[in-house]
Amino acid sequence: MAIKVTSPGLATTVQDLGRPGYYHLGIPISGGMDRFALRAANMLVGNDEGAAVLEAVFMGPELEFTDDAIVAVTGADLPPKLNGEGRDTWASFAVKAGDVLSFGYLKGNARGYIAVSGGIDVPVVLGSRSTYALGALGGFEGRPLAAGDQLPVGQASANAKAGREVPVNLRRGPGTPAELRVLTGIYWHRITEQSGKNFFADTWKVAPEADRIGYRFRGGQELGFVDRKPPFGAGSDPSNIVDGCYPYGSIQVPGGTEPIVLHRDAVSGGGYFMLGTVISADMDLIGQLQPNTETRFVEVDMETALAARHDRQKLLADIRTALE
Amino acid sequence: MKTRYAYGGDEHIFVEVDEEMSLDAFFKSLSMTTAVRDGKIKGVTEICPANASFQVKYDPDVITPAAMMDMLKEIEKTAEHADHSIDTRIIEVPVYYQDPWTHETLMRFRERHQDPSGTDLDYAARINGYDDVDAFIEAHSGAPWFVSMVGFVAGLPFMYQMVERDRQIEVPKYLKPRTDTPKQTVGYGGCFSCIYSVRGAGGYQMFGVTPMPIYDPKQEISYLKDFMVFFSPGDIVKYRPINREEYDDILADVEADRFKPRTRPVTFSLDDFKQDINGYNHKLMEALNGN
Repeated sequence: MAIKVTSPGLATTVQDLGRPGYYHLGIPISGGMDRFALRAANMLVGNDEGAAVLEAVFMGPELEFTDDAIVAVTGADLPPKLNGEGRDTWASFAVKAGDVLSFGYLKGNARGYIAVSGGIDVPVVLGSRSTYALGALGGFEGRPLAAGDQLPVGQASANAKAGREVPVNLRRGPGTPAELRVLTGIYWHRITEQSGKNFFADTWKVAPEADRIGYRFRGGQELGFVDRKPPFGAGSDPSNIVDGCYPYGSIQVPGGTEPIVLHRDAVSGGGYFMLGTVISADMDLIGQLQPNTETRFVEVDMETALAARHDRQKLLADIRTALE
Repeated sequence: MKTRYAYGGDEHIFVEVDEEMSLDAFFKSLSMTTAVRDGKIKGVTEICPANASFQVKYDPDVITPAAMMDMLKEIEKTAEHADHSIDTRIIEVPVYYQDPWTHETLMRFRERHQDPSGTDLDYAARINGYDDVDAFIEAHSGAPWFVSMVGFVAGLPFMYQMVERDRQIEVPKYLKPRTDTPKQTVGYGGCFSCIYSVRGAGGYQMFGVTPMPIYDPKQEISYLKDFMVFFSPGDIVKYRPINREEYDDILADVEADRFKPRTRPVTFSLDDFKQDINGYNHKLMEALNGN
């Protein structure tokens, strides 16, 4: 069983739940940016939740199937078409050998997750099938898909069925404006009290420089720094630190101007201060933001962060139940 | 040195051992991360030592953030008395300084540099008080370096030179990062040297290039077969200047898979090192170059 890529889309990559354990060597976790949608897509087609899928950003690929399969597309509102005929997102449908899956224009959010029964069966590298394009690692030959690629597909489970659907109330995506909850800390003390207030009060917009490494935001007020004598090795800019590790979701603001939230293909460290970190439950939402999307950062405490984490897990558990 | 603990969201704890860079801070960070690893704490998924700080990623469903924090603070108490010595290796890295490829790149991004009139090496030599570029290269390649962090991108080593603080080279990063850096460029920013493992964006000053691959995701090069990343924190590096001829020779050896980095096992003691830095480095060189 294979899938032939006749048109690759914009930057379609093979992703699963990622490659933990190598961040200390600069190899990031990678995996689906919206893991909620990725899990749901796999559930719909009867796969393990961590099976490899295709992550398509802004624009879908065109795929030709060599065998029958069950397919589901979740995440962004990227309308699937089978042999030109519309299919629903967040629902499983059957494809036959020779069928062509393509996509209409993106109608909302940013990343679609295309799961195929059996999963995309590229080789496992360091414990994962995810693509880390910057390091030419994993996925399909370490890169986004190209026309002519033949993707191997694994053995479908007995649980692969067409006609399943994730109930609308159990789907998840960012609101308008998008709200990203943040735990302050790490180098929060480097900015002035007023700048801290402004950061949360301002409405930001996703900048065009937004990818799997990180999302940049614009439009808020420039941050002011507390005076200091630069520590040895940090560099002279007030936003510099002695190069350290960057948490996933951490918010760095080089020069105090444009916040960058690091995502699944994060650079593992560097010399910019971080004012806090987006909570784990909201990482999925970032992956669904288009450039120019209005975004607010919302300060929360650890208790709220953990409660949000459990809410997200509960929602996934509810989908599991609904699809049984 | 005062250790500062901070939550990085609900899945990370960031520990700043010291605000400024020193080998003492690096060793404390390394011994704490080693203790965390040896402790096999349930729920810990990533342990990342950095130059003067480190980070632990954990699953808060397995260990609560508060319990994780307490455990790290407990580990710090024992790390205070840790033996400041490690079994490691010293590696010779050949460097072609003033090579044509980084030169072409630095000329292409000249308007992003502090001093568009010269090269990165001219600038670094001048602001660090060296008479000329040759004297600067002698200082850069004369004393060994500690790999104090591996990261930014896959397999990129940050290195801190093993000399007294008043001999440390310091340069700012580019005013605006470049969108291109040749693969295996030997760079410099702040007080750190680095080797770019892959081609890509970068903000460090560019001094030269090494023909020695340090990252091979395909794992085809014999010395990167077991693992695709060459460097680990704690490695010691000695740069050796080479000319174009030797660069081409090594490159041909790399392509024929005949090249093997010169590497020797050594034990490093921070306390002994601090007592006699030049003498200690001399012994490291004997270990590297002896039979």
